[in-house]
Amino acid sequence: MTGFLAVYYRELLILKGKVLKQAASMAVSPFLFLTAFGYAMGRDHLVDGRPYMEFLAPGLVAMASMTQAFGIASEINISRFYWHIFEEFQAAPLANWQYVLGEVLAAVTRALLAVAVMLLLALCFGVTLSYSPLFFAAVILNAALFGSVAVICAMLVKSHADQSLITSFVITPMAFLGGTFFPLDRMPPAVKAVLSFLPLTHAARAIRAAAFEQAPPVFPYAVLGVLLAVFFGVAVVCVNQARN
Amino acid sequence: MIRAAGLVKRFGKTEALKGVSFEVGEGELFAYLGPNGSGKTTTIRILTNLTNPSAGEGFLNGFSVTKNRIAAKMQCGLVTQHINLDNELTVEENLSIHGMLFGMSGPARAKAMDEYLEYVEMADRKKTKVKELSGGLKRRVMIARALMHRPKIVFLDEPTVGLDPTIRRRIWSFIKKAQQDGATILLTTHYIEEAEFLADRVAFLDSGKIVTIETPRALMDSLGGWALDSLDNGAIETSYFPERESAEAAIPAHRGGFTVRRVNLEDAFIALTGKKVAPGPGGAGTGMRGAGGKENRK
Ligand SMILES: Nc1ncnc2c1ncn2[C@@H]1O[C@H](COP(=O)(O)OP(=O)(O)OP(=O)(O)O)[C@@H](O)[C@H]1O
Ligand SMILES: [Mg+2]
Repeated sequence: MTGFLAVYYRELLILKGKVLKQAASMAVSPFLFLTAFGYAMGRDHLVDGRPYMEFLAPGLVAMASMTQAFGIASEINISRFYWHIFEEFQAAPLANWQYVLGEVLAAVTRALLAVAVMLLLALCFGVTLSYSPLFFAAVILNAALFGSVAVICAMLVKSHADQSLITSFVITPMAFLGGTFFPLDRMPPAVKAVLSFLPLTHAARAIRAAAFEQAPPVFPYAVLGVLLAVFFGVAVVCVNQARN
Repeated sequence: MIRAAGLVKRFGKTEALKGVSFEVGEGELFAYLGPNGSGKTTTIRILTNLTNPSAGEGFLNGFSVTKNRIAAKMQCGLVTQHINLDNELTVEENLSIHGMLFGMSGPARAKAMDEYLEYVEMADRKKTKVKELSGGLKRRVMIARALMHRPKIVFLDEPTVGLDPTIRRRIWSFIKKAQQDGATILLTTHYIEEAEFLADRVAFLDSGKIVTIETPRALMDSLGGWALDSLDNGAIETSYFPERESAEAAIPAHRGGFTVRRVNLEDAFIALTGKKVAPGPGGAGTGMRGAGGKENRK
């Protein structure tokens, strides 16, 4: 029953080996966005009644937790196609859900590390947010959800190249459109309707509300929770299918 | 105990296994011998749950590998054909993860790790990163890993491939030791001497079908004890004889190269399938069989 710990432990060891490099690379894109958009827009440019930099920071938290959690897909791919480590898990007396849980925990860990890096950066830019348990709950839900999606993708792709296609066509667009850089209200209704189907939109809303100490919106948390359950379940099925 | 019952595996149109059945008794060392692509790895992959059979069923100590996966996997240790260690991690970390996967407690892991690294004579390499090890040492780590949770059944898929003869023999001794400790072992190999030296019984596999299952002795005796290889128009012809004298008497005076030698498993394989197990010198795959006979094949 504790086999998932082995999967998680392995990912931690891999992460430990390159934690500094990883943290540095996690800092790059938030730094660029804060500089390019946050500074450029200036202090007086208000969005939703706040300086743009302040509006942007929680959006970047949502984005970072998503991309870093999804990033385990390529770790899984490397260990699967290149090192064949996945066979070691398949041959072990490990239920499929345990494998998924181990990888999802690794995804959440990576996401939290990225968020910590991001928040330090924000601090350097003079932005402090409210870091309540609700804030972290939203981050963790978001990371676990995209960790599950990462496992699904890693099981479905046939090569490492397919993996980067998914990143370019799904993850990157979502990172920009999912309520990270601008409020959805500024979009035409049709676009807004489409974007409200993206999980990241809900994560950004939940994280932003917590960061600004607004009343916690129930709906985004519910959506994230339901989607997490669905994607986790699909991931378990995909791990089972990967046997062939 | 290992039981394969009518295993079939299809990859699209190709049928890699065409109904393979065998039984390996408790404590037996069973060698699975066949040329490239005959289905050795596929059989092991089915029995260790890395792939599903298209038809048929495997049992490990009575547990079905498709219906009772976890219990079946609990029975076995696996050394895969290719190296599958975490290169960036140390030997110790690799083994530790494995122990956790098999539900071993911290102290049990530490004890087993020391014991099995000692066993493969690598106790001093615990803290070494896998990427710094040579191929032979990596193989030994894989063997230690496959044994450390004390599986009752061990699958070894070409455990000595690409190793020099000294290390190969060393690994044979580890395998023998595992058998003496009570493990049931299924081993695949291209190396004829390996099967001859280690196996209680041998299965010959050819194009997804088992040709025969016998003891190495019985297979070799069936050809007579001695073989005469002689060079004929650039191809090696082999004839078999019951004793050395008759083999020597048959050496053709007008020919250049010849060898009189003991019959080996390769001869038995060729006699039964018309193919060689491993591509070796003189590998046209032609030969003659029958005690002193002139029966040409191919
Ligand atoms: N994933 C796969 N997809 C398609 N065909 C496959 C796959 N795996 C194996 N095969 C085919 O199945 C057959 C048996 O392969 P297998 O790996 O079991 O042979 P083997 O006896 O282990 O060979 P070798 O001695 O080279 O290791 C081969 O024809 C191979 O091409
Ligand atoms: Mg093979």
